[in-house]
Amino acid sequence: MSNTKFSKEHEWITLDGEVGTIGITKHATEMLGDIVFAELPEKGSNVEKDGTAGVVESTKAASDVYTPVSGEVVEINQSIVDDPSKINADPEGGAWFFKLKLKDKSELDTLMNKEEYDKFAKETSA
Amino acid sequence: MNIKKTALYELHKKHNAKFVEFAGYSMPIQYSEGIVKEHNITRNKSGIFDVSHMGQLFIKYSNEITDKLQKILPTDLKNLKINQSKYSFLMKENGGIYDDLIITRKKDQYMIILNAACKQNDLQIIKNKLNDQNLDIKNNLSLVAIQGPESKTILENVVSNVSKLKFMNGENFSFKNNEIYITRSGYTGEDGFEISLPNKVAISFVEELISKGSTLIGLGARDTLRLEAGLCLYGHDINENTSPVEANLKWAISKNRINDNFIGSHQIKKQIEEGVSKLRVGIKPETRVIARESTKIFDEKDNEIGKVTSGTFGPSVNASIAMGYISNSHSKTDTKVYLEVRGKKVPANICDLPFYKKSYVKGEANV
Repeated sequence: MSNTKFSKEHEWITLDGEVGTIGITKHATEMLGDIVFAELPEKGSNVEKDGTAGVVESTKAASDVYTPVSGEVVEINQSIVDDPSKINADPEGGAWFFKLKLKDKSELDTLMNKEEYDKFAKETSA
Repeated sequence: MNIKKTALYELHKKHNAKFVEFAGYSMPIQYSEGIVKEHNITRNKSGIFDVSHMGQLFIKYSNEITDKLQKILPTDLKNLKINQSKYSFLMKENGGIYDDLIITRKKDQYMIILNAACKQNDLQIIKNKLNDQNLDIKNNLSLVAIQGPESKTILENVVSNVSKLKFMNGENFSFKNNEIYITRSGYTGEDGFEISLPNKVAISFVEELISKGSTLIGLGARDTLRLEAGLCLYGHDINENTSPVEANLKWAISKNRINDNFIGSHQIKKQIEEGVSKLRVGIKPETRVIARESTKIFDEKDNEIGKVTSGTFGPSVNASIAMGYISNSHSKTDTKVYLEVRGKKVPANICDLPFYKKSYVKGEANV
């Protein structure tokens, strides 16, 4: 995941050409606990950087999912809506949330790399 | 204010508990397994709950005290047998509930188990009503619950003859030469026991239960378990402004006490005779969306008809579940309602409680 970038809201994004795949980090799932509900943005909708683009609920609480960059939603992962426990099992792999056609690739520069994120996650949860 | 710890705190820590502050205590919300697994362990095997934050109040038994207690609790205490327990309420003048509690008639005392968040207020009320300023909550005792189908066998391995206890009955037993008191009861919808024991043996007792096959369970799973079982959480599903009749807990008012005089009895009698305008019901959303506390409930015509008081995802029923108060006209089972979650109206149906069928051991009417 060397080309994966991370946001302060604990989302990750991996770029493949013009399309970014977005999910929530393992660290986020550990803080949330067992996820029992997921809501995703609609395919075809446009989302703005740092705007709400979904919801996850654990047995404890609801949390908004934000998009780390702007773009058009080109694909959503229905399998995590049908079985939200997949998010805890494989958050940074098969349990991605949605794919975006990026509006402005330079927005990626505002995000953290793996090393920076790990440090950030460690500091903020201490 | 200093945050309090139970006698089991170090054991929770050793088992990698995540702590939250609850009613002034640092309590385990979950351990490393997580809420859903802990929930399932309790339903399928056996789980241990530290409920030492709850108040244990002992009052010397006498006929006079029984009369005084009957003024503040709507329960027939005169026919309560020795070692029998009842679910009851500390009543407020308006018919509301100061607290829900379990009262057990021991040979020489009443034992009353109070909610952690209410216990100091309850104590003050009870002291005044009983005219006894010396009453106090026992801080040298812990309270541990063991719940789930394998709990009987596991506890029997630690305390002989405990499995003969019938539901809502208790008895004195001993553990390492210490007197302990065990009742067959709990708040998960499973067969189980609650053990009142001295703080000094609490850790070794729980460690023995773990070594015989039970598992520590946090408050998170305790909440999903009790909600699936349709049981109320004080401060959420019942409070000072909900009566036992509105809370659909009329069964806990002894029949022969309805015409009796106790605090709030006038209001209770009126509600039983004339009906109530709101009622606590079970609610099942048609999707997996969770309707948390304070979610507004609407009818088909978009009139607001109630509010959710507890809502979560029920792992054993694999569905979103909730309880709340709804206008009596919409309280019938299968009535379609709409829950407003994040600005959207989610269809839901009024349903019977509990969401999850219980497996208590027979011997008395189930709670």
